[in-house]
Amino acid sequence: MSGEKSPEQLYEEREKRIGDAIRLKVPDRVPVLLGFGYFPAKYAGITCEAAYYDPAKWRWASRKTVLDFEPDFYRAAIGAFSGLALEALNTKQMKWPGHGVPPDHCHQFVEGEYMKENEYDALLSDPSDFAVRTYLPRVFGSLAPFEKLPPLKTLSFGSATTLISQLATPGFAEAFDLLLRAANEAAKWSSAASSFDDEMASLGFPCHARALSQAPFDVVSDYLRGMRGAMIDMYRQPDKLIQVCEMLLPMLVERASADASKGASGRVFIPLHRGADGFMSLKQFETFYWPTLKRLILALVERGLTPSPFFEGDYTTRLEHLGELPKGRILCHFDVTDMSRAKEVLGDRLCVMGNVPSSLLQIGTVREVKDYCKRLIDVAGKDGGFIMTHRSSIDEANPANIKAMIDFTKEYGVYD
Amino acid sequence: MADALVEAIADLKEEEAVRIARERLGAGEDPLKILEDGRKAMEIVGRRYADKEYFLPDLIYSGEILSKISEMSKSRLLKASQRQRLGKCVIGTVAGDIHDIGKNIVVFMLDIHGFEVHDLGVDVPPQKFVKKIQETKAEIVALSGFLTLAFDSMKETIQAISDAGLRGRVKIMIGGGQIDEKVRDYSKADAYGTDAMSAVTLAREWVGAK
Repeated sequence: MSGEKSPEQLYEEREKRIGDAIRLKVPDRVPVLLGFGYFPAKYAGITCEAAYYDPAKWRWASRKTVLDFEPDFYRAAIGAFSGLALEALNTKQMKWPGHGVPPDHCHQFVEGEYMKENEYDALLSDPSDFAVRTYLPRVFGSLAPFEKLPPLKTLSFGSATTLISQLATPGFAEAFDLLLRAANEAAKWSSAASSFDDEMASLGFPCHARALSQAPFDVVSDYLRGMRGAMIDMYRQPDKLIQVCEMLLPMLVERASADASKGASGRVFIPLHRGADGFMSLKQFETFYWPTLKRLILALVERGLTPSPFFEGDYTTRLEHLGELPKGRILCHFDVTDMSRAKEVLGDRLCVMGNVPSSLLQIGTVREVKDYCKRLIDVAGKDGGFIMTHRSSIDEANPANIKAMIDFTKEYGVYD
Repeated sequence: MADALVEAIADLKEEEAVRIARERLGAGEDPLKILEDGRKAMEIVGRRYADKEYFLPDLIYSGEILSKISEMSKSRLLKASQRQRLGKCVIGTVAGDIHDIGKNIVVFMLDIHGFEVHDLGVDVPPQKFVKKIQETKAEIVALSGFLTLAFDSMKETIQAISDAGLRGRVKIMIGGGQIDEKVRDYSKADAYGTDAMSAVTLAREWVGAK
């Protein structure tokens, strides 16, 4: 039946379905998202390594996944990048398939105290200088010589010759060579990979989001201080921690707004890490996590964008706070949060999305998947405002179960 | 006041705790007594964590205060606690997975609840679990994992334990963010948990502690 419609028509139809659900209008049926991650590897019989070292092959597998399963929208693997560029930079913060983890495994993040506890003032007083001379040399081994640069502000306005002679030293020449090699590899990789979303759009499939952002606290916790460091800072230097979150906020808004302008949907993916029930108390959430996250979301909405946070972990005790967000402008993806409670608290304000368990999709039966989806549609899908999807990763899922989740939603999720 | 130190640590008052410990050590008190107070404080912290009064930042910070005080006492807490252990547990994040947040909380909670914990770290191959079980004669095995690929690693680890003829001698629990009854059944573990307190409850049950 869908064969009679053009890809443009299908694209419009799918975007309308998604948009209706987000705006709390009752769509023709429950939309379904496939955030496929590294699933295409197992499904198409290649390795995850291709996402980093063979973009054409990876693109083929990703395209095959979307075309075979026909979700209303999709989200491709996050984090995938040119493996050769990452190697040239001597990247410390990540292990990726074929480099630190086996070729058939997903990438994993290597958290650490890349910013020390006594460096808040340096970061706050000159973030660019901190990034170039302190942070980047730590996360990219190849940029270690940058540590030897004089403070950047001493180089500005007239004394450029100092910088030039500094750059002539052997360490710098090598660092620049590696940077150039990384840039060339990244460019090659990007030209093969980046237009994937455009191609899928021309085939009728919207992507979930073209921009990505993070909660300011997570930026500190994931990239700068590590979880342990950030949590100790909550006690030892809470004001500095909050100041850095405040400083990061406008940077994150600017970056996400620029990226989101590349796509028509304006959706911004915001995967959240450390604000869940298991990580911090409600009080700590209200002090360190929520204020700047809420303002990030509000600022994006003000720019006409649609924030789409992924509330990883359990947010059941935080649902009332989410109710403070503007009606019909946000897409909330839940992981293990109680969906009936989410619907009850947020149903008349926000679109909820979720949450078929990874375990069920990986080792459950088709029957069990359908039963779970039926309950979700009955409870969370009542009167619209709901989008079907899985919890976190489906890298190892059984394709038959993914198919069941999508096809059953299309069949049973129709609104009269 | 002997309880002042216990209270200061348990209430996460770092400066106060350090001051009291320094005073007591300065007065010539046995460092072992200071460490024993530290252990008592950790029991309170663990209880507050179980009651959801404390969360991860509080747990981590209490550990930070304790290690500062242990450092001052120039002796390791582990050496001090020569008390009777309830049982032995071998724990690790299974092969292919390097996530350790959940595992570390379980290690902490089992330790303060009186278990001898052998932590194998992350990305632990099945044979390493087998060897450690043989070496320690542990009766409890705890497998942690956050990624979905851990489901298979858990299954393979438990298979390896069976193949080594050890399955009848150990009780095995699995845990992690995406772990549920489905994965327990798949991996053939004895039980699963999604928080650190359930690990303690299971372990106590298995060694017959009240």
